[in-house]
Amino acid sequence: MTTRIVELRRGILKKNDELAAGLRQRYASAGLLVLNLVSSPGTGKTAFLERTLRELLASGAKAAALVGDLETDNDARRLAASGAPVRQINTHGICHLEAEMVGKHLEGWDLAALDYLFIENVGNLVCPSSYDLGEKIRVALLSVTEGEDKPLKYPTLFNSADAAVITKIDIAEACEFDRDLALRNINEIRPGIRIFETSSKTGAGMVEWLAYLNEERVRRQ
Amino acid sequence: MHELSIVSSVVDTVMETLAAYPGAKVKEVRLRVGALAAVVEDSLQFCYGIATEGTDLEGSKLVVHVVPVLMHCVPCAQDVELAGLQSFRCPRCGEPVLDLRQGRELEVESIEIDEVEEKA
Ligand SMILES: Nc1nc2c(ncn2[C@@H]2O[C@H](COP(=O)(O)OP(=O)(O)OP(=O)(O)O)[C@@H](O)[C@H]2O)c(=O)[nH]1
Ligand SMILES: [Mg+2]
Ligand SMILES: [Zn+2]
Repeated sequence: MTTRIVELRRGILKKNDELAAGLRQRYASAGLLVLNLVSSPGTGKTAFLERTLRELLASGAKAAALVGDLETDNDARRLAASGAPVRQINTHGICHLEAEMVGKHLEGWDLAALDYLFIENVGNLVCPSSYDLGEKIRVALLSVTEGEDKPLKYPTLFNSADAAVITKIDIAEACEFDRDLALRNINEIRPGIRIFETSSKTGAGMVEWLAYLNEERVRRQ
Repeated sequence: MHELSIVSSVVDTVMETLAAYPGAKVKEVRLRVGALAAVVEDSLQFCYGIATEGTDLEGSKLVVHVVPVLMHCVPCAQDVELAGLQSFRCPRCGEPVLDLRQGRELEVESIEIDEVEEKA
């Protein structure tokens, strides 16, 4: 018997990373802006997307959505009410979306005919941060009800985000939400990140958010 | 908890490599895991026992090397190591740091095996 050390240096998520790189290329050549929305369960991802899709469609843009869910298709039905094409990705217990699931659910869609694709990830602040979906913009959402220190508790996710959205600001006062502290904490983990303060109930902050989407989409072309 | 799926792909990767060493016994599997990789060592260890059961890796040891976060600081013109994950500021000059150079790694570094001596 001889003992031997075999060097591997192999990425554990290599398969996902390669699939994501392929998707990224497809999105780019279709001129499509893709966003991956990540937050805790119940932060308001679906409500925020419902409003975003409705307003985008009303402005004449073409937007679609994929929504990940452990078991149900409730979120997909809510989003489809906006009139946008929506598909549900049922993960059957898996706590995050992977590039392969996204690729499979895009089959039959003409990506070149779309301006925006939103992917609502499974409500979870840990696992989705390891899985690239080929998105251009990763959006981390945080509601006024879940504590200003969320970014400090989940730095791996907030540090990987390209934009942050604070949701439910209509009830900020009732929750004694400390806005300055929340902004400071987000900036401590991801300095200089764009932050949007929104309410899906009142529509606050949507003008800035939609302007950002448009800027980012134009920048792509 | 995505550690089980991560560990499963570690097992697959090692099995592929073992194909070139017939009869070899795996003693140790070494991973490099970035401090920002969003995986927890305890969960990896726990899942490893389950995922290796009944495979050629059963009974082997999992060693996790944590890779610290390195950010590039523009004013200091060098890569700096973060002490923790609570603040993305340069520990030397205090300026915010944006450019990640190391810390999201998730890879199988090497394996240690006992090979069967080939008969002459
Ligand atoms: N007051 C208020 N409530 C909101 C707002 N946005 C969402 N909610 C409420 O928060 C709850 C969760 O909203 P969802 O949009 O389903 O949250 P989600 O992040 O998609 O949840 P999961 O998909 O389960 O992770 C619902 O009861 C919403 O009505 C908001 O802007 N203001
Ligand atoms: Mg939802
Ligand atoms: Zn510095």
